Amino acid sequence: MTLLSVSQAGKRFANGTQALDGLSFAVRQSEFVSLLGPSGCGKSTALRLAAGLLQADAGAVSYPEGKPEIGFVFQEPTLMPWADALTNARLPLDLKGGPRSEANDRAATALARVGLKGFEKAYPRELSGGMKMRVSIARALAAQPKLLLLDEPFAALDEITRNALGDDLLKLWREDGLTVLFVTHSVSESSYLSERVLVMTPRPGRIVGDIALPLGRDSRLSPSTIQAQRVISDALNGAITVA
Amino acid sequence: MKHLANIALPVAVAALVLGLWEGAVAHWQVPPYVLPAPSAIAWAFAENFSSLMQALESTLTVTLEAFAASSVLGVATAIAFSQSRLLERTLYPYAVILQVTPVVAIAPLILIWVGFERINLALVIIASIVAFFPILAGATLGLKSADFNLIDLTRLYGASRFQTLWRIRMPTALPYLLSGMKTAGGLALIGAVVAEFVAGSGTSTGLAWRIVESGNRLEIATLFAALGLLAFTGILIFAALSLLEWALLRRWHESAITDRS
Repeated sequence: MTLLSVSQAGKRFANGTQALDGLSFAVRQSEFVSLLGPSGCGKSTALRLAAGLLQADAGAVSYPEGKPEIGFVFQEPTLMPWADALTNARLPLDLKGGPRSEANDRAATALARVGLKGFEKAYPRELSGGMKMRVSIARALAAQPKLLLLDEPFAALDEITRNALGDDLLKLWREDGLTVLFVTHSVSESSYLSERVLVMTPRPGRIVGDIALPLGRDSRLSPSTIQAQRVISDALNGAITVA
Repeated sequence: MKHLANIALPVAVAALVLGLWEGAVAHWQVPPYVLPAPSAIAWAFAENFSSLMQALESTLTVTLEAFAASSVLGVATAIAFSQSRLLERTLYPYAVILQVTPVVAIAPLILIWVGFERINLALVIIASIVAFFPILAGATLGLKSADFNLIDLTRLYGASRFQTLWRIRMPTALPYLLSGMKTAGGLALIGAVVAEFVAGSGTSTGLAWRIVESGNRLEIATLFAALGLLAFTGILIFAALSLLEWALLRRWHESAITDRS
């Protein structure tokens, strides 16, 4: 079942930059897909199109099963500094309305699931970078999305924190039957986390490789993960030479 | 220890200056209509205590009413600007014109239009004009400074414009607004004093008028007492607004955070 379909999408910005041209890909339900490419290749723009935050100039973005509930995680934690962790995680529910006590419960559950039980009353400035990103993920989960879009969410974190958050994301994906579209510029991250990698070229951004990864990548250093990295790197290098 | 030094040092400087002043006036026998000694000013303050307090009440009422009016109008205008770029582009230049035109020059007009029989209203309007701009400028900048990604997030969840304004833009604007209000508090007092000066004799009963009157009568000690009271009031307004700022921002804003643990 296809959840998200992007076909021949183009986007030119007001300053004349052709960010995307003829971008096509599809994401099936319960898939974990990485969108991989170098900086400035239009990955974020593609993700914003998928979320409906931007409109394409050409082509179409469609949701064949109807528009799903979408969760979005930015590269920065993007929290409200004036509000504690619980209030931040509750934002989607507050915007949608509904009983406060239920919203509190769901936000607290979401925080607990990302390992922040006991930090409900903490303000963003009191949290580390990794913890802030966890609040941001809890906020995306609070509205119980079907489709989770992440825009290089771990790029600004140290490697240890990045790996821990990656493992937690995988766990959440398996438990919830989420569909994940994960934007990244890291070959190793995409080789370990995702089931499928879409390789993008820059200016204008389009997909040049669609690589299904084999099972058995149980750790970051297992032979099949390393093998996957080689395949993805080759595709990426080929793409950059073409560009 | 650090806290004690914050209070002790300015007090020590004040004591030193007042002591030198007192000694200099006594030593050179400066006539009291040129420069009265601090002790003479204290006497004048005690002698005129009740009338000075009445004058203070009058000036303070005008100041606070003007501050409240400019706060409400400034924030309301900034919200209107944040909802319509066209409105902002159309009206902001006039707000700037209002700001850069010296209030002393507009005051006589306002007094004539409002009428001397409603002198207090006229004083409040003049003081409000002076205090309005920093509040408008602060709130306008603040409402525009909201994180674009947060705004996008509200769009993703189908928030109304009011929800985005209330949950994201207004809290973002708060530190900017409070900074504008601290400037406006002092300006409201200055505006009230200027308005009283322009309004002149017979109608005005505030501290500024006491200063003019004392000057005319060469009661320089009373003039200093009124002046000191005015300065003290200004400090008090600033301190009150700083306290409000600290209370509202201490949990989250960099400017109000003192413990760097």
